[in-house]
Amino acid sequence: MACRNRRDRAEARPAWTGRAHPIEKPRHFGDTEHDTEMETKRSRVKKLIKAPWVTAFFAALMLATPLAAQSPGPLKIEITDGVIEPLPFAVPTFVARNDAANDLAQDITRVISADLTNTGLFREIPQDAHIARIGSFDAPIQFSDWKAINAQALITGSVLAEPDGRIVVQFRLYDVFSEAPLGEGLQFVGTADGWRRMAHKVADAAYSRITGEGPYFDSRVVFVSEQGPKDARQKRLAVMDYDGANVTYLTSSDSIVLAPRFSPDGSRIIYTGYESGFPKVTVINVATLEKQTVGGVDQNMSFAPRFSPDSSKVVYSAEVAGNTDLYQLDLNTGAQTRLTTAPSIETAPSYSPDGSRLVFESDRSGAPQLYVMPASGGEGSRISFGEGRYGTPVWSPEDDYIAFTKQNAGRFHIGVMRTDGSEERLLTGAFLDEGPTWAPNGRVVMFTRETSGAQGAPALYTVDITGRNLQRAATPAAASDPAWGPLLR
Amino acid sequence: MKSTALLLVAAMALTACGDRLGRGGADGAAGGANGGFGAGGVVPGSANDPASVAYFQQTVGDRVLFLVDQSTLTPEGQTTLAAQARWMNANPGYTALVEGHADEQGTREYNLALGGRRANAARDYLISQGVSAGRLRTISYGKERPLQVCSTEACYSQNRRAVTVLAAGAGV
Repeated sequence: MACRNRRDRAEARPAWTGRAHPIEKPRHFGDTEHDTEMETKRSRVKKLIKAPWVTAFFAALMLATPLAAQSPGPLKIEITDGVIEPLPFAVPTFVARNDAANDLAQDITRVISADLTNTGLFREIPQDAHIARIGSFDAPIQFSDWKAINAQALITGSVLAEPDGRIVVQFRLYDVFSEAPLGEGLQFVGTADGWRRMAHKVADAAYSRITGEGPYFDSRVVFVSEQGPKDARQKRLAVMDYDGANVTYLTSSDSIVLAPRFSPDGSRIIYTGYESGFPKVTVINVATLEKQTVGGVDQNMSFAPRFSPDSSKVVYSAEVAGNTDLYQLDLNTGAQTRLTTAPSIETAPSYSPDGSRLVFESDRSGAPQLYVMPASGGEGSRISFGEGRYGTPVWSPEDDYIAFTKQNAGRFHIGVMRTDGSEERLLTGAFLDEGPTWAPNGRVVMFTRETSGAQGAPALYTVDITGRNLQRAATPAAASDPAWGPLLR
Repeated sequence: MKSTALLLVAAMALTACGDRLGRGGADGAAGGANGGFGAGGVVPGSANDPASVAYFQQTVGDRVLFLVDQSTLTPEGQTTLAAQARWMNANPGYTALVEGHADEQGTREYNLALGGRRANAARDYLISQGVSAGRLRTISYGKERPLQVCSTEACYSQNRRAVTVLAAGAGV
């Protein structure tokens, strides 16, 4: 009984919460040197896209978009296949507009560079190779100096530290070989604490303008931080910036926590927690850390929850007398609806972006496979037919793919398939990969990779949907069950 | 003798802790060794005492094992559960939490559900052998609390289990 009391202990409250630093709405600003007509800008953008380096770059991303010409038969990605040439870019240290901004200017420049470089799509030309110096943000660009070092994209910027603690970051992106800006200059205003967010905003804008994909650097990830031996692992909820910075802990390690997911606006996290002694779906407010459990009294165990895209509902699994089915809770009315009634296991539900359908995992055929059904319940149609066992499907925010875990021949894989189950491609393979989550732009997947044996431990990894650029995400300790949050506002 | 009794209490407390995670065996054995150097008779609460929790864990057997991805009881499992039921029927002052566990080969969610199936398979069998449903509750730990930590079948086979954890109380 003494051990049982562990969970009654007052929970250690973290020093600060997982709330993001505020940033004011970005402002476009007049472009002194290149204040050109809209029409001209568009044609310049087109020209940029036609440039040879951009063609190579786009070809890689095109593989993954619905508009791409598809080769007949099932597409199979070899992880080692098709290494693309990353796009060379230069980002001279942002100009500090006052002395107080000196350090921030360096830090912000460093994070912008890291964001872009870590995508595997860009390569920074080191600053010591630069010929030109950017002494003033508004000075004309000497494009020949940047061409000479083969910088194909150039990012310039400035940082001003206001006496009131706010900082102002301005930036411009240039297509060096067209000698033209790509898009308008942007200005971000925020607190000095939020400097990393401003760097991510700049990098997001550059990434989006060059790739045509949505931004994702200015986002956070919730995950389970782990420590202790494998047979007595301690787990607690943590939130970090997408790149591993600013880790904060939301729960103590007194009870097991599993598989957290953000609410669509990022203000709440829903997870499976053993705080009561039994696994229960629990919602925690990211700012106040208040908790509330979800699930009926007759439900022995409730788990695998997710918010609906409009935040009005929660879908989850519950076990009653050994049988696990899907349930939906209407958060406005409190009404609970049972969505499946099969004697098989139905779990790991995930909404389509419009909230109309659910993809989930069921072993009704004898082994776990993926099914899609209306969000209100009904007949599910099976979408996975390959060899092996499929689980933890997650619908892409772009509505083009479903990512999943696949277990086959003693190995685990993260894969993607179209929402009808076609064009299955495996992105990874290892002893134990599981639990994919999508970046807000639907082009990168994060997941858990656990190593084998007594000393085995989990870590977070990212891979892009072409299967390229597998990278371990930085976390302070072992980590599992990542879930990417929305793009911050 | 007083200190021996204290030792025993300490050993029992350890056992109770381990048992919540299905690791009672090793700690229970230590309790049994302590019981052995008593006055020669049965030390109440020791593994020699048929009414003790230690006896239930070691002699009756507090766990049943499952095949890969299965929640069907094996013949050995049924024999163990029948003995557990006889013990519970003879010792009405206990309730039990039946823990379901899975090995690490599977996703977290699926393994939670599988652990739920296993715990309920054991519970249902206990009920079929006359144990009142009000004395039994189930919980799944999925793959969160392995008993053995290697990544081979030798460990996995021990981790695919349902463990009956006793607690003092009459149930509902």
